[in-house]
Formats: sequence, C-alpha cells, structure tokens
Amino acid sequence: MKMNRGCSTARRKPGPFKIGSISAASSRALRGCLAVCVVVTCVAASQPAVAQAPPAPVSPPARFLVVLDAAHGGDDPGGRLSNGQPEKTFTLALSIRLRSLLGARGIQVVTTRESDATVAPNRRAEIANHANAQACLSLHASESGSGIHLFASSLAPAQPARFPAWKTAQAAWVTRSLALAGVLNSALLHAGMNVTLGRIALPAIDSMTCPAIAIEIAPERVPGHPSAAELDDPAYQARVAEAVAAALLEWRTEAHQP
Amino acid sequence: MIPRYQTILFVVLLVASVVMSVVLWQLRERAHQRLIAGQDSAPTQAPQVAPSEQATLLVANDSDSSLLAQIQSLPLPLDPGARARAVLGKLLDLYAAPDAAHPVPGGGSSIAQVFLLPAQTQIPATGPDTGPNSAPNSTNSTEPKPGMTNSSQTGPELAVVNLTGAFVSGHPSGLETETLTLLSICGTLHANLPRVTQVRFLVDGQSRATLAGHADLTRTYLTADAAPTEVTHP
Repeated sequence: MKMNRGCSTARRKPGPFKIGSISAASSRALRGCLAVCVVVTCVAASQPAVAQAPPAPVSPPARFLVVLDAAHGGDDPGGRLSNGQPEKTFTLALSIRLRSLLGARGIQVVTTRESDATVAPNRRAEIANHANAQACLSLHASESGSGIHLFASSLAPAQPARFPAWKTAQAAWVTRSLALAGVLNSALLHAGMNVTLGRIALPAIDSMTCPAIAIEIAPERVPGHPSAAELDDPAYQARVAEAVAAALLEWRTEAHQP
Repeated sequence: MIPRYQTILFVVLLVASVVMSVVLWQLRERAHQRLIAGQDSAPTQAPQVAPSEQATLLVANDSDSSLLAQIQSLPLPLDPGARARAVLGKLLDLYAAPDAAHPVPGGGSSIAQVFLLPAQTQIPATGPDTGPNSAPNSTNSTEPKPGMTNSSQTGPELAVVNLTGAFVSGHPSGLETETLTLLSICGTLHANLPRVTQVRFLVDGQSRATLAGHADLTRTYLTADAAPTEVTHP
C-alpha cells in the first residue's frame, strides 16, 4: 500500500514542480528523490508479475484425516457384552485407543464423541462430512459371531452429485469404501484374525461423504475351543487396534499415490 | 275420596308398565333367537390340513456369516400371505432352537402378519421416509389386510413383514446378527414366493428405526441382496 502511494506521487509531481526556484543542492536532492521514486515504481509494477508466477515446486504434505465414530453412547447403550459392559463403553475405549495410536503415527483424527454422550446418527455423519476425511470408521462390538466383521454400505455405487441426497450420500463413495474394506481386511488377516466382509444399511454411514466402514469386533472363537479371545481381553483389543492403525497407514500411502 | 285426575294417571301408568313389560319380553326373545341363529352358522367342519410341501429356507450362520439353503417339508396353505407367514415361522423356529447357529429367541409366533402388495417399479435406495404410519401405505393407498394379495397380479410384489415387539426386543444386538436375520427373511421369502422382490418391516404394525440398535428397518430391502456374504479366513 505504501508503495502505491509513492507511485502516484512520482507521477503527479514532476510536471508542475519549479526546480529553478530552489537551490542547486535542493534540486539535486529532489532529482535523487525522483529517481528513487521511479525505481520504486518499476519495482512495484513488477511485483504482480512475480505473484502470478507458478508456485514453488516444494508442495506441503497432503492432509490425511481419519474420523473415528464410537457407536452408541448416552441414552443408547447398544448391545450388552458378556461381561455386562455396554457396547457404548467398549466402543469409546477403542476409539480413544485408536486415536492415540494414529496420533503417534502422525495421522490427524476427529472423533464423534469423547465421552458418554448421546450423538444422533445424523450428527455423526455431519461431523464426518465437515471433517472431509479420507477414512471414516464406525466402531461397534457384539457377542455374536466370531472375529472382526467389516461392513460397507449396501447402497449401490453412484456417480458423485453436486447436491447428493442425505440418506444416500455414501453411494458416491461406496467404491472407495470397498477399497478401504479390502485394506482393513488384509491388515487384520495379516494379524491372524478371522474377518468377515459384508454390506449393511446403517444410517450413520449411509450419509457419510467419505470412505466409510463399520467395524464390529466380536470374540475370536475357534472351533473346538471355548473362546480364543474375549472382548474384555486387553491383548485382543490391542491387537485389533494395532491392525486397524496399520491398515490406515497403508490407506494413507495409497491415498497419496497419484 | 281420590280425585278423578289421580285415578286416570294411575291407570295410564299401569297400562304403560304392562306395555313396556311386553316389549321387553319380545326384545329378549329376539336376542335369544339371534344367539341361536349365530350358533347355527358356526363352522362344524374341521379345517382342512394343508398338504406338506417342500420349502427352501435360507438359514443364517453366525460363525461364518453365511446363508445356507435348507429344504424343509412343512404344511403350506394356498393363500400366499399365509404361506409366507408359515415359511417365515418355520425359519424363526429354527433360530429359536437351543443349538441354533443363529440364535434368536421368539420362534414362529414372532411373525404377526405378512402383507403382499404390488411392488413399486422404482424405489429409492433407502426407501421412502417413514412416519409412524407411512410404511405400508407408501406403496398402496388401500389398507392392507393379512394375507391380502391380488391374484391377477403377475408383476413383482412387495412383502411387508409385521414382526412382534417381543421378537424385536429379544433380538441380540449387533451389526452381523441383525443383518443376517433380515437377509435370511428376505431370501426365504424370495425362494418360496419368487414374485417377492422387495421387503419392508414393521414392528407391531408401526415403523421402527432399527431392529436391535443397528440394522435399518426404515428402508426397503431387495431380495436380490440376500446372497451369502463373502467369508475370508486366515
């Protein structure tokens, strides 16, 4: 701004200014000042061209953000686990554990709840959509079945729309969600766990505009044995969280590839 | 000496009492005759026992999240709605058995009714938005009745399965178990009534958000989705 004001002065004053009416020293000083103003004018005029030049080749690292949705909470306890613990408590503990693991690996995390609070499914989707995340995980737990159940939305894949319908917003992301399920499946299998893949109509993830997967953790049961790992086994919980964190690291690598 | 007007009033009241007694006696006789006539019209023949037929049930298995087809022989009525209810009742009886691979309490009585209606040719992916009473009427303006179907209808049909509240409240909570229950119901309906291509669920005649906290009950399910899910093992 100051340079622009100097520029206008340099253009306006030379015409009417009477150099002969002042001393020679003053005249030299004024000429020097005018020369400086001309130089400054040229520099100022050249600055926009510099600003329009292409950015430096060094680009900042791409943003990678994960949304962790601890299912249920508050008035909605979810299912009841074998040790009497409500599902909402288990999912919150797993969300906090995963957040720490991902934070330690340099991954930004947004959680839908940090305490035993009631969060409506629509609000969960709003949080995920505002975060513009690269992966959204809805965490669940159940005593039914065995191992880890991965569910993508059962919506049929659709082309992205400028204004997608709220209840079917996930349709444009189903293909990416299935790819994320594949990465999670590989990591969990690598960790030696039973994995089941499926599709589900779940209101929370059907409205998300990000690759979204519902993960349900069940006790690991081996035929012929009472139970290989229960849900309240800390080692089992840690194994699941480590495998999910490894999968998200892999997903980040894939997301950053051109 | 009794005044004349009192004598006349007494006689009028006496006559009125007699007339009313006669009328009441006749009404009582008519009611008795109607009761006897109603008893005469009661069915005296025993209902026909439907012949046993083979039905295909898609039975869920929690251990590998699969739907396995089982052939069962059971008496099936001719009416499509009653037939659908009988088949689903048998399916839920299997789930209520002690050694079930997909344990769900309740049994066959958990299916209150099954309505069969002409299906919409195009449905939204999540089905119409639901109010408390909108689900069955969203596809047909007429009030559905149990077992109602259009015999001349040859196109795809929508089955509205009305579950009992006791079944839903006793259903185990979980993504997998709830999804398997719904998909096995859809697949079993389509296997035995091929014209059924869409299924909606009610609970005690009302729309409900989820089965047991997870699976969406407000949407229309396609029977084509009831295929065995992929299973992977290490």
